[in-house]
Amino acid sequence: MDFNLTEDQRAIEDAARAFAQAELAPNSARWDEDKHFPVDVVRKAAELGFAGLYVREDVGGSALSRLDASIVFEQLSYGDVSVAAFISIHNMASWMIDRFGSEELRRRYLPRLTSMELIASYCLTEPGSGSDAVAMKTTARRDGDQYVLNGTKAFISGAGTSDLYVVMARTGGEGAKGVSAFVVEKDMPGISFGAQERKMGWNAQPTAQVNFDDCRVPEANRIGNEGEGFKFAMAGLDGGRINIASCSLGGAGLALDTAKAYLETRKQFGQALKEFQGLQWRLADMATELDAARLMVRRAAHALDTKNPKATQYCAMAKRFATDAGFEVANQALQLHGGYGYLRDYPLERIVRDLRVHQILEGTNEIMRVITARELFRA
Amino acid sequence: MKVLVPVKRVIDYNVKARVKADQTGVDLANVKMSMNPFCEIAVEEAVRLKEKGAATEVVAVSVGPTQAQETLRTALAMGADRAILIQTDQDLEPLAVAKVLKAVIAEEGPQVVLMGKQAIDGDNNATGQMLAALLDWPQAAFASEVVIEGGKAKVTREVDGGLQTLNVDLPAVVTADLRLNEPRYASLPNIMKAKKKPLDVKELGSLGVDTAPRLKVVKVTEPPKRSAGIKVETAADLVSNLKTAGVL
Ligand SMILES: Cc1cc2nc3c(=O)[nH]c(=O)nc-3n(C[C@H](O)[C@H](O)[C@H](O)COP(=O)(O)OP(=O)(O)OC[C@H]3O[C@@H](n4cnc5c(N)ncnc54)[C@H](O)[C@@H]3O)c2cc1C
Repeated sequence: MDFNLTEDQRAIEDAARAFAQAELAPNSARWDEDKHFPVDVVRKAAELGFAGLYVREDVGGSALSRLDASIVFEQLSYGDVSVAAFISIHNMASWMIDRFGSEELRRRYLPRLTSMELIASYCLTEPGSGSDAVAMKTTARRDGDQYVLNGTKAFISGAGTSDLYVVMARTGGEGAKGVSAFVVEKDMPGISFGAQERKMGWNAQPTAQVNFDDCRVPEANRIGNEGEGFKFAMAGLDGGRINIASCSLGGAGLALDTAKAYLETRKQFGQALKEFQGLQWRLADMATELDAARLMVRRAAHALDTKNPKATQYCAMAKRFATDAGFEVANQALQLHGGYGYLRDYPLERIVRDLRVHQILEGTNEIMRVITARELFRA
Repeated sequence: MKVLVPVKRVIDYNVKARVKADQTGVDLANVKMSMNPFCEIAVEEAVRLKEKGAATEVVAVSVGPTQAQETLRTALAMGADRAILIQTDQDLEPLAVAKVLKAVIAEEGPQVVLMGKQAIDGDNNATGQMLAALLDWPQAAFASEVVIEGGKAKVTREVDGGLQTLNVDLPAVVTADLRLNEPRYASLPNIMKAKKKPLDVKELGSLGVDTAPRLKVVKVTEPPKRSAGIKVETAADLVSNLKTAGVL
């Protein structure tokens, strides 16, 4: 077993770091403050292959592994958590089309998704069904060679700006087997968007409801077969959880480095803060937690890449651990800055706000425990 | 037309360099290394010449340790066609590097050697000039614009007090200044493709070049720490202090 990154992975990491440092980091405070979604910059990221990280090459994807993608998202989120996390959602939605969509659907959308000429969102959650996603009420009634969608999706990242919506809707009876997945275009009649949610963090990307009111979608826009949509949505989330966890690693990494530099320069009681053993130990614990999280995330990514039967469990455990550790490290880094950590002049309060939601979305950390326990008892 | 681009692996420009305790040099253990930024600019310019149709082949060459292969892969990912590593663990002086490059050029026969004006580790700013002298080729150092046409290179140079434009016959040595271009990021697919491009490794010894050092480093020290300044009460005080210091 070799824990070192390969030469390729180091090159990929360098490329992502260079982009994040030059294009994201200098702007992240302003984007957060202005609630600005930098579409031009995510398109620039797409030019480098970040929009279709694990999409196949024939449609412009980078055909990398999940582990490679995790390395990329960690670096991107070191520059800007909110933007990196959005790029990860776009990747997840694009991958679902690549992995499960018809050849025609792939060719129609993926070349423009990998270049981010088209931006994609993932629509599972509804106002009445979050953790219990299977209880979704949105319906897709068949009418000739079309489906008619009715219902509301809530908390949709990118809603209003995105051009494509991968929507899970009920085509059959209750339960997971009654759900199908569709690609809905922003311009299809009957789709509309709610007001922008006012959020604690993730301000460099929009979040809103998506409403379907007799929205007609061609049958050709269904991903895979009827009744397979929920399975696809969950497969997407396995990888999505690694990506979100990786985004916690990057944000927490920046928090840790910022805190370390601060302890070296800030003086109280006549000495640098780093001379206080209590603070040294705190920093040591933060580094330890972050490293443990990174190892778990990379192992989970590797499990997905190698189709390990325990991949779902590893992804859930890694998402739970890394997003909790990431938030805790960021919060401690804020604490180590004293009052300055609370000011927007430093990145800590933003990182704390951005990382908080990683414990909630793509399955709450309670649900990660539900999944882990289910897999434990299954064995 | 073939363009040869020498590239150097140096301490990353973001890293705070630390001097070794015995003052023999900079501590490179566990330090991030990358392509010298001026070399990156040279690679970018060469790739642009190829994209414009002025060049047909871009060959990157590095003189350095095994790990310099990574630096060459970066050049390949940016768009160079193939790469050559002249492998050595010796830390070569500019004259030695110029001699090694001369030997490579004898084999490769490029029309243009496009290289960084200096490496950010030693800041020597000498290799390109020495190479031109050894080859007896025209040189145009500190380029901020390069146009190749009709067997000549028109090079705009940044000189003290303005810009100077030179017309040099090819073959020639051109060195890149900071404002020549803004290097591209290597895309992920190109990073993966770079693996499949040819990279030849030759031992330094096989070239038969005398690379024995001509210089001796006496000692390397950290720059002096900035000492505390003084506070003045009024603008008049400030002016008189500046006058005393001979600044005004
Ligand atoms: C900023 C943001 C962006 C989002 N983006 C998207 C998106 O792009 N697409 C999308 O589809 N969704 C998105 N979501 C939705 C997100 O996935 C849900 O909020 C999440 O799944 C939780 O659902 P809920 O909010 O309805 O909470 P609920 O499910 O109502 O949960 C409330 C609480 O109960 C706990 N709980 C629920 N069930 C159990 C149980 N069985 N055992 C123990 N505890 C339980 C939960 O963990 C939580 O603490 C986003 C959310 C946010 C905040």
